[in-house]
Amino acid sequence: MEEVVQPKVYVRTCIALLVLLAVTWSIGYINLGPFNLIVALAVSIAKAIVIALFFMHIKGSSRILHLAAVAGVIWLLIMISLTLGDYISRGWVPLNH
Amino acid sequence: MSISISPASEEAFVGQQFDDIEQQRDAAKLGMWIFLATEVLFFGGLFLGYTIYRFTYGHIFVEASRKLDVLIGGTNTAVLLISSLLIAFAVRAAKLDQRRALVGLLAGTAVLGCVFMSLKGVEYHKDYVDHLVPRMGFKWEGADPGNAELFYWIYFAMTGLHAIHVTVGIGIMLVLTLLAWLGKFSHGNHNTVEIAGLYWHFVDIVWVFLFPLLYLVGHR
Repeated sequence: MEEVVQPKVYVRTCIALLVLLAVTWSIGYINLGPFNLIVALAVSIAKAIVIALFFMHIKGSSRILHLAAVAGVIWLLIMISLTLGDYISRGWVPLNH
Repeated sequence: MSISISPASEEAFVGQQFDDIEQQRDAAKLGMWIFLATEVLFFGGLFLGYTIYRFTYGHIFVEASRKLDVLIGGTNTAVLLISSLLIAFAVRAAKLDQRRALVGLLAGTAVLGCVFMSLKGVEYHKDYVDHLVPRMGFKWEGADPGNAELFYWIYFAMTGLHAIHVTVGIGIMLVLTLLAWLGKFSHGNHNTVEIAGLYWHFVDIVWVFLFPLLYLVGHR
């Protein structure tokens, strides 16, 4: 027995994704300073979550799949945050050579 | 909200190492998700490089990004999002044992992948004509040409690695179209279609991040 999702779920998912694309695209023509990056990233993360939940069926799947799905993202965040921690904090402490 | 189906002879596809078809399907999906986690880290190295250089040379990244064709990049995002819809329907058709719909949807996904690659090719050619390809006649009129060239190195590395993934995806979709046409995925044997769908959606997600990060660094 295999369960399938109603077609309208996929159609709504796709419409939501195209609306989010329109948001990213139009924000690109407005000067929000540093918030251009923040809004663009927020919309991209929202899109990725929508794709994973509804197209990739994370919604309704087993816990172990949820774990596998977030594991890669968590390691990526560790890598980026530790490396940026280095770059941002350089020069905070004066070094005497 | 869900429709249940019970295929006739799905037990015939269970490998001897599995108790039942449910366990086999779960194992295939888990394996694919673990592969996708390694793919996140594979692309992650490039995203990390991008993050550091954007943090270090933010101003020149804004200038360099404005030279890219946002119309082609945005259109390609829409093409990939719609192809994701098609492959989602293909997986559904495979589960419902609808062979003709499955063949059409898999072929449609491959066609949209080819549309994406064609637009990418047109864009790469345009970049070449505009002297934006590093080491191949790169010319930069503004300040700091070295770091502008660095942006285009990152742009070609990230979109190039993504394009390789799309090409592999097109190949997978074409093989699956043929196999579906031969009826290989009927009677509950739809595991292959489902995990190929997961791969395609992942490639879509990567582009969802590449589009704003490369084409819309600053405002236009």
